[in-house]
Amino acid sequence: MRIAGKGLVDRAQPVTFTFDGVPVKGFAGDTVASALLARGQVLMGRSFKYHRPRGPLTAGSEEPNALITVGKGAAQVPNVRATQQEIYDGLVARSQNAWPSLNFDVMAVNDLAAPFLGAGFYYKTFMWPRAFWEWVYEPVIRKAAGLGALSGKSNTQTYDKAFAFCDVLVVGAGPAGLMAAWVAAQSGVEVILADEDALPGGRLMAETEAVGHQAGHVWAAALAEKLRAMENVRIMPRTTVTGAYDGNVYGALERLDAQAPSGAPVECFWRITARQCVLAAGALERPIAFQNNDRPGIMLAGALRAYLNRWGVCPGKHVTIFGNNDDAHRTARDLAAAGVHIAALIDSREGVTFDGADFPVYAGAQVCNASGRTALESITVRTADGEDAIQTDCLAISGGWNPTVHLTCHMNGRPTWNADLQTFVPTPGAVPDLIPAGACNGVFSTKGCLEDGLRAGKEAVKALGKRAAAVEVPQADDAAYALDPLWAVAGKGRAWLDFQNDVTVKDVKQAAVENFQSVEHMKRYTTQGMATDQGKSSNMAALAILADATGRAIPETGTTTYRPPFVPVSIAAMGAGGQGEGFAPQRFMTSHRQSVAMGAPMIEAGLWYRPSYFPKPGESTWRQSCDREIGYVRQAVGICDVSTLGKIDIQGPDAAQLLDFVYTNMFSTLKLGRVRYGLMLREDGHVMDDGTCARLGDQHYLMTTTTAAAGQVMRHLEFVCQVLHPDWQVAFTSVTEHWAQYAVAGPKARDLLNDVLDPPIDNDSWPFMSCGETRVAGVTGRLFRISFSGEQGYEIAVPARYGASLFDLLVKKAEALGGGAYGMEALNVLRIEKGFITHAEIHGRVTAFDIGMGRMVSARKDCIGKTMAARPGLVEETREQLVGLKPVAGGTLTAGAHLYDAGADATRVNNQGYVTSVGYSPALGCDIGLGFVKGGPARMGEVIRLVDGLRKVETAVEICAPVFVDPEGERLRG
Amino acid sequence: MADLNETSAGAGLLPLSIGRFTVEERLPGALTSLTAFDADAMGAALKKAHGIAWPAPNRSNGKAQTRCIWFGHREVLLIGPAPEPSLGKHGAVVDVTDGWAVVQLQGAGAEEVLARLVPVNLSAAMFKRGHSARTLLGHMNAAITRLGPDAFEILVFRSMATTLVHDLKRAMESVTARG
Repeated sequence: MRIAGKGLVDRAQPVTFTFDGVPVKGFAGDTVASALLARGQVLMGRSFKYHRPRGPLTAGSEEPNALITVGKGAAQVPNVRATQQEIYDGLVARSQNAWPSLNFDVMAVNDLAAPFLGAGFYYKTFMWPRAFWEWVYEPVIRKAAGLGALSGKSNTQTYDKAFAFCDVLVVGAGPAGLMAAWVAAQSGVEVILADEDALPGGRLMAETEAVGHQAGHVWAAALAEKLRAMENVRIMPRTTVTGAYDGNVYGALERLDAQAPSGAPVECFWRITARQCVLAAGALERPIAFQNNDRPGIMLAGALRAYLNRWGVCPGKHVTIFGNNDDAHRTARDLAAAGVHIAALIDSREGVTFDGADFPVYAGAQVCNASGRTALESITVRTADGEDAIQTDCLAISGGWNPTVHLTCHMNGRPTWNADLQTFVPTPGAVPDLIPAGACNGVFSTKGCLEDGLRAGKEAVKALGKRAAAVEVPQADDAAYALDPLWAVAGKGRAWLDFQNDVTVKDVKQAAVENFQSVEHMKRYTTQGMATDQGKSSNMAALAILADATGRAIPETGTTTYRPPFVPVSIAAMGAGGQGEGFAPQRFMTSHRQSVAMGAPMIEAGLWYRPSYFPKPGESTWRQSCDREIGYVRQAVGICDVSTLGKIDIQGPDAAQLLDFVYTNMFSTLKLGRVRYGLMLREDGHVMDDGTCARLGDQHYLMTTTTAAAGQVMRHLEFVCQVLHPDWQVAFTSVTEHWAQYAVAGPKARDLLNDVLDPPIDNDSWPFMSCGETRVAGVTGRLFRISFSGEQGYEIAVPARYGASLFDLLVKKAEALGGGAYGMEALNVLRIEKGFITHAEIHGRVTAFDIGMGRMVSARKDCIGKTMAARPGLVEETREQLVGLKPVAGGTLTAGAHLYDAGADATRVNNQGYVTSVGYSPALGCDIGLGFVKGGPARMGEVIRLVDGLRKVETAVEICAPVFVDPEGERLRG
Repeated sequence: MADLNETSAGAGLLPLSIGRFTVEERLPGALTSLTAFDADAMGAALKKAHGIAWPAPNRSNGKAQTRCIWFGHREVLLIGPAPEPSLGKHGAVVDVTDGWAVVQLQGAGAEEVLARLVPVNLSAAMFKRGHSARTLLGHMNAAITRLGPDAFEILVFRSMATTLVHDLKRAMESVTARG
């Protein structure tokens, strides 16, 4: 219910949303949790395993219980914390993990079976039969236990990600964070102040105390306003810093205001690079475990104060308070001042008093049980004299506070135990350039936080080599924080630790009994701390109980590993922009539009898109088009865009030396105007790439690479020139993109070219493997007499701006000569017929020896990979070596199939090799293939089994030479 | 004999205008990669031939019609004029005019658009007019130079022009929608 005159919500601005289809009224500034509590609804969720009814435990992002699904259709988002979700008109919120309804959940029957479902239950019960886990047990368990569900549809909402930079990142806009940001901003450095709340102030929003003679939240708002007005400050509300990473990078999730204009992103994932960071993330209150401590209406004392002071809501009419520290008393004071009936104050410490109490005060007492199923009805208080039942519908608990040390541990640092505070505090220097401050640093009074924030801000400014501005600390409360540790109340029954994963005190003790004594083992055995809240409200108590059960001290027991993200982050935010065409850059050739217009299906080759084939009317299969295009090249002339091949311009006095060093064969002897085929090895002696290299000038070469290895070869050259031979005078530049290059191949290639070249060419002036400058249709270009098809072949290059136009012209001329454009399928068959290799063959595990090019490794010079390639294991005759394969009596060949001796079983140990490339050869009228066979060159004519286990293909094939067409090479020289 | 027609990298893709941001294709003349064997000697030749000093890393020099941006280890990109042949004595002079798509992003707070895509700090305080960076734009290698308070020049490989426009459009829409 709302308390008159309390709270910071705007009562002039009513807001209506729906929860489980029922309209709920609230006010601007409410969260779903505060609005539901205002209408008397405490039940907000069902627990993960036992489907126990649960209400909110907290008032922030650490909430384990009140998880809801927000939005509808494809845009539905599960597991949103009701305690954090701001309400707005039209918001659709639903409860989750309950059927048929939140109030009556059939699966709550699990709760009755609880004695059988404790820690380790899965491991002990579902061990056999083995196959049952995947097909029976897991699906059933997944159905019964769980959280909210995704829609399963593609969400069209926009998510974003972005980079930001600053001198000082301040995490948290509470009293410490505000002071740190203020002094940094006043000192003239670039500041980002991020806070996960919509409003600045942190705990000041939830308390009644004054700062600088005004209400704390007023002070915070005023200071934030001054900061916002400064050029060097960026305030990021609704932004949770989720992780600390190497290089001073912090991840942060920004939830955009629901009121943001339509089309704006829902969330933005930031990567913030900060030279210094002040971590003022505050502290999280911890509960005390006792029997049935999960009943709806039982919440943390600090959360109750937040609901009362910030949202003007009290979740109960008769409130009880149970604590082991002075914060419990603060809660009683606030409730009393607001006129709420307090049924009792129970303090576990002996001898404590409460001045002016008009309600029962139990000192040295403990709450040991609670009753009421969907709402709290009463609690049982145990004193030295016995047990009392107290009627109450809301119990506020405080077991003390844990500094939010998470970010300080993201680089595998561990926090330090502080015996006075009975909690872990940050270890100095755990994350470079990160300075913890305020409650996060174990400073729990408001005055202390203001001072510590200022101290941290100054340190950050000084670390940047600047003078810190003079800033005064406003007057504030300096209440002492005294507590006696109490983690769990002794007793029977289930006392809950991890509310979200339904882990009890008994489960942790059971883990210890079963020898899961390491805190990491206990965590995995019980699943404590493994839910979406990562055990924020349970880790400390769980390890304290484990310490007790194993007879160790808490610091000796240690903590589990804190890992980012601090709060759940949507994959949609982290991967923003990566859907559809944003997944990877698309590289289009200059002929792309024409190819698409000609109906060519485009296939991806790395990032490039290349035409697969160019269908003609009447053709119903790709093979028909492919066979026709092969015919163009073998009988007339074909045109193919080969611009994707890497082209590297190499110049300098030491250019030839570089080529000799990176290619296996000799290039320093290459004559001007000539082209040579070259093979490159990696340092380990295996083949890296192949291609041609043309000599364009005295000290000027043009290296070509395969499409796939263009980047790798460029990197390799950089490595050679920067690391191995920085003394060489040589320069290399990628010119792949500058040139559009087309293969013109076929017996009529020269006829076609002479129609566009000026001056025309003949076989003597441009013999096989020659190159040079030319004029093509009025434009200066380059002509290379090279062939990847085995036919009379040329490649002609022009600056890319002319690429589209030249493609049109060449295709038109080719068509006039009975030829036309050909795609990747035809190109592939043409090269298989000639035994030319691609990366299907040089796949990274073969040597020059394996592909029959052992003699291309020049004996007259050194080259990269030469020594390693000479290792005995790499030159054995029994190695798998390149051969051709053709069917003995028809049948299908498939790439990827394996080869076995005739009569041998098709099993792994009998493997004789494998097939790398296959195509249907119109020239031979059958499938042909390239592959690797053990000792292959010595086995020509042998018939072996080709077996493709995946595609159920079995064909008898003959081992043959890898060149099927024109083995003498007469056609390409003609 | 038919003459060949020219098609620019941004043909059919640009200009693009969203909110206060525009992207236009720039055709600044020749782009020439200069890679020095000896940067001092080539720098002196550059100064003599074109009146521009060899730019330091992450910087550019020159005026509107003749500029030079740092392009990598021992390498600068001459933008505008055809290179003087004398430069060739001290290193490689390579025409890469058609290898790059060159665009200009313009609009108040254009760095907010690039902050969606570029992992380096392009704020006015850190990345001043004339500053230049070889970095990433989305998944692409890019060269980015600040031309003015609200204007950036962006170079990516010509073949990736479509993706450049796709990525910029998305970022411009996102920043615009935030208001």
